Amino acid sequence: MANVTMTVNGKSVSKPAEGRTLLVEFLRDGAGLTGTHVGCDTSQCGACVVHVDGKAVKSCTMLAAQADGAQVTTIEGLASGGELHPMQAAFREHHGLQCGFCTPGMIMAAVDMVNRLGAPLDEAAIRAELEGNICRCTGYHNIVKAIAAASETMAGMKTAAE
Amino acid sequence: MTGSAEGIGARVTRREDKRFIIGKGRYTDDMNVAGMCHAAFVRSPHAHAKVASLDADAARAMPGVIAVLTGEELAADGVGNLICGWMIHSKDGTPMKMGAWRALEHETVRHVGQAVAVVVAETRAQARDAADAVVVDYDALDAVVDSLDALKPGAPQIHPEAEGNLIYDWEIGDEAATEAAFASAAHVTRMEIRNNRLVPNPMEPRSALAHYEEADEHYTLWTTSQNPHVARLVLSAFYNIAPEHKLRVIAPDVGGGFGSKIYIYPEEMVCLWASKKTGVPVKWTSDRTEAFLTDAHGRDHHSEAEVALDADNKIIGLRVKTVANLGAYMSLFSSSVPTYLYATLLSGQYDIPAIHCNVKTVYTNTTPVDAYRGAGRPEATYLVERVMETTAREVGMDPAEFRRKNFVRSFPHQTPVIMCYDAGDYDASLDAALKAIDYDGFAARKAEAARRGKLRGIGLSCYIEACGIAPSQAVGSLGAGVGLWESAEVRVNPVGTIEVLTGSHSHGQGHETTFAQLVSERLGVGLDTVSIVHGDTDKVQFGMGTYGSRSGAVGMSAISKALDKVESKARKLAAHLMEASEGDITLEGGTFKVAGTDKELPFFQVALAAYTAHNMPEGMEPGLKEGAFYDPTNFTFPAGTYVCEVEVDPETGKTEVVDFVAADDFGTIINPMIVEGQVHGGLTQGIGQALLENAAYDADGQLLSASYMDYTMPRADDVPSYRLMTTVTECPGNPLGMKGCGEAGAIGSPPAVINAITDAIGTNALEMPATAANVWRALKSAQPAQAAE
Amino acid sequence: MYETNYHRATSVDDAAAKLGAAEDAKVLSGGQTLLPTMKQRLAAPSDVIDVTHIADMKGITESGGGIRIGAATTHAEVAGSEIVKRMLPGLAALAGHIGDPHVRHMGTIGGSLANNDPAADYPSAALALGATIHTNARQISAEDFFTGMFETALDESEIVTAVEFPKASACAYAKYPNPASRYAMAGVFVARTDGGVRVAVTGAGQNGVFRHAGLEDALAQSFSADAVAGVTTDPDQLLADIHGSAEYRANLVTVMAKRAVAACA
Repeated sequence: MANVTMTVNGKSVSKPAEGRTLLVEFLRDGAGLTGTHVGCDTSQCGACVVHVDGKAVKSCTMLAAQADGAQVTTIEGLASGGELHPMQAAFREHHGLQCGFCTPGMIMAAVDMVNRLGAPLDEAAIRAELEGNICRCTGYHNIVKAIAAASETMAGMKTAAE
Repeated sequence: MTGSAEGIGARVTRREDKRFIIGKGRYTDDMNVAGMCHAAFVRSPHAHAKVASLDADAARAMPGVIAVLTGEELAADGVGNLICGWMIHSKDGTPMKMGAWRALEHETVRHVGQAVAVVVAETRAQARDAADAVVVDYDALDAVVDSLDALKPGAPQIHPEAEGNLIYDWEIGDEAATEAAFASAAHVTRMEIRNNRLVPNPMEPRSALAHYEEADEHYTLWTTSQNPHVARLVLSAFYNIAPEHKLRVIAPDVGGGFGSKIYIYPEEMVCLWASKKTGVPVKWTSDRTEAFLTDAHGRDHHSEAEVALDADNKIIGLRVKTVANLGAYMSLFSSSVPTYLYATLLSGQYDIPAIHCNVKTVYTNTTPVDAYRGAGRPEATYLVERVMETTAREVGMDPAEFRRKNFVRSFPHQTPVIMCYDAGDYDASLDAALKAIDYDGFAARKAEAARRGKLRGIGLSCYIEACGIAPSQAVGSLGAGVGLWESAEVRVNPVGTIEVLTGSHSHGQGHETTFAQLVSERLGVGLDTVSIVHGDTDKVQFGMGTYGSRSGAVGMSAISKALDKVESKARKLAAHLMEASEGDITLEGGTFKVAGTDKELPFFQVALAAYTAHNMPEGMEPGLKEGAFYDPTNFTFPAGTYVCEVEVDPETGKTEVVDFVAADDFGTIINPMIVEGQVHGGLTQGIGQALLENAAYDADGQLLSASYMDYTMPRADDVPSYRLMTTVTECPGNPLGMKGCGEAGAIGSPPAVINAITDAIGTNALEMPATAANVWRALKSAQPAQAAE
Repeated sequence: MYETNYHRATSVDDAAAKLGAAEDAKVLSGGQTLLPTMKQRLAAPSDVIDVTHIADMKGITESGGGIRIGAATTHAEVAGSEIVKRMLPGLAALAGHIGDPHVRHMGTIGGSLANNDPAADYPSAALALGATIHTNARQISAEDFFTGMFETALDESEIVTAVEFPKASACAYAKYPNPASRYAMAGVFVARTDGGVRVAVTGAGQNGVFRHAGLEDALAQSFSADAVAGVTTDPDQLLADIHGSAEYRANLVTVMAKRAVAACA
């Protein structure tokens, strides 16, 4: 087995992995980061979404070896210094989660969405952009509200930083 | 009650959220034990076949393989067959015909995906590789998948115990009175109604980690369960895995259930057995395809319904014949779903003097069917509300007015099908919903849509459901193998913090928040001083778990009862400590006070006094910890009105839900935010059933929709934002006045959607799911010339 | 998934050499179809050759009045490209609706064309626009490239390196997605090119993507949505499954053609 090395949430992780080892398996079993979930076999549910080199990808549809040398951010790496990311805070504030299983992928997808499209995001855009993430509990209503609210916050933070 | 800013009715954010949003939830597949190995199942590719031979020699020789175990070994070790825990008798008095269900089958497989062997290997991938290498020869048999076909003469016989595949032929209601009503009817509406088969699809697939420790002859099972104590009871009493005190079942964070995680499945049992057999901890996690093939499905009814009206358009009778498909085996509560959870709700919100319903349940070569969110009540509601809408159209009445004309208005109301409705105000929710949707303005909206080339329709559903199945004595007399009470224990610690141990299980419902809100309300303490403990048979006293929207009405009532006892003891102690009469003691904002004086004692100091026990009233035991078992006196009856507006694109047949109003009466609401979330989710599953979801089999019993490539899960762009409101009549049957909110959305919404679409397209010939292709076909059949253009 | 050997190619030649050296290798060009297929154990390549790190296979440039897109360019990059949006807006829009945002970050145009999934979007654009597929060995016209469902003219050791699209005066794509998979049930790409109006249909045909002579003839006479409203498609040539009959797909082809033409305006 070859060694696969990547930077996960700012820390270098190097582990032996089979060729077939998926990125999500590397993260869960290799790096012990079980926040990233597997909810389907066909690359549709989005429970496994992480950021690779700044872009949202489905970690169940990527070999660990493909991410060799990459910068990976998982749900565990989103909050910084004990401070929740605005998207995490918005999911709690707006009750955008129930069982919590789709939540990590949902939040990672939502952060990527705002990063790509900017803010504010309207309901139709958010719903369309959530095509790759399935939630069975919330009916999406509050997820959409949470993302819209967080997009405003993130835009405000960006403006403040400039 | 002392009231609290975080108490009953407060919209507080959830205490459980933090761990989920930072990726620190602990689900079963996240658990690891030293030395753990992985299981993979060898599954039948045939819907019906004899197992001719099984050769595991090559698999056993593969890298990492610890063992390959078969059904013969399972049977030899005395592991019991899976059971159905609710006895139904046919109308001729004979008991239901239950075929043997083995956790690993070695003789005859009866649905695609049934397990015939298990591989245990060091890694998940090695186990899968070896499972592929197990060579099984099957002699294929003819299969039958449709329930009506299964009852036909000459259909393949699935179980020797059930001749003609008939499990039971059951009835409810007064047949003669119903016949008489139809004989005198001024109008009769007849419909054939199909309720499509669904797959529950909680996002977390099932998982089990079984650890047998030889030194203590003790098992631990971490698993995705809605009711770990029931799982332990069944595993012990029926499957002979281990006595209860030697089996600990832990259901940690569970990623949704919707009914599918009530049952004890073959895989979880096999992991326990295999752990002892191999001497290693064994983990199995379902993949999504396995979930489609083995998680209990829901619905799948064929019904004929007839309603009789008098000359004044009052309903005088309802006659229903239903055939329910239970799949290849009788799952744990499968028999109760199309009987006591279905036919008892056929009166809807209406005063119907005579009802008769006949239900036949059948075996087919499909995945077992059991309770899925709503369980029987969605099937009843869909039937009643489709019939109501259709009848109104046939007699030329406004559908809202036709319903209003037939509403039950005095309570308690005894229906002809067992249920006694305790409280409700159906006019109130109908009025609220019609006002919110602007019912009178619909014609203008329809005309405006027509100018854009869209067909707009409006549909109603006035649903009623029954939650908190009870009381135990009554359900026992109806065949239930268990009692349906709930337990609670309230432990006040010496420093005044509180642990509540509950038999309910939270897998998304937010109990860690709402249950604590109840404690805050009652004792005036902050939420941050309260912990909710659940999901572990070693920590929590026996309890019945979470399903059927029972955790509020039953689970919280048990907590309320335990709190009564805690408060009573603390009050006595406070009176003693403050040298006052107990009758003068009040509890306000977490402090005991003596009325008319400035004497007071904070709750935590009373708790401390209970544990120091230096100064107790005569005869009082030290400590402050009380338990309670609560058995309700009746079901609860949430009800409401849903109004759906759709626009259909006549070119593609695609339906867009453009507005959806839900007016629910759930009785007392603990946390409106959480209740709204439950409704949002339920509505989306109901809209999913109506528009998108369908478990489709081919004639050979292959599940054609066995992944998200073919089974349409509702996504964010399939559904609208919802408009919710509540009206309140308190439930008189429990101390909190709660009715339950977990299933209403899924129960009430499908008929509203289909009524709206059929209104839009001008034809009633439409079944669920109303996919774009199905709506286009209905439009084309109704207007061949127009559609061909 | 069965075990496989992962190789990261550094150049086209390196990729070709690795492809030739292995027993049963496949090109991994994003993997958004290949990996799910391997996970279901429906494909079991001995080796996978990752071409997405080959600089020569990435990027979008104007070339001879058209656009050259490196085979390892992602759907997201095509959708966001100013060049594509300006010159072939229909192609950019198509790329922006493949799969979902996460899939578009990984999936590539070369991978999509080489797989020729009958429900994939890109083949319709390549065929309608008259694209040329460049491989490490030759150039193949789209007309000759797609040979049937999941079948292409590629040899086993051949690697798609780039796709060249000629310019079009107008182009648009309209698709009706399968409600579950969100792949096309019927996708129609309409292009007004120097060679006339060309229309290609994906998702619906039994043999994968195809040019639709009836629609092309009608649009050649009058480039308007009304012109195609009466054009029919023979259902006998179309797919049928649990999501829709062949007749339904035939209807969708007409409706999507109307919408694509309208979007060209």
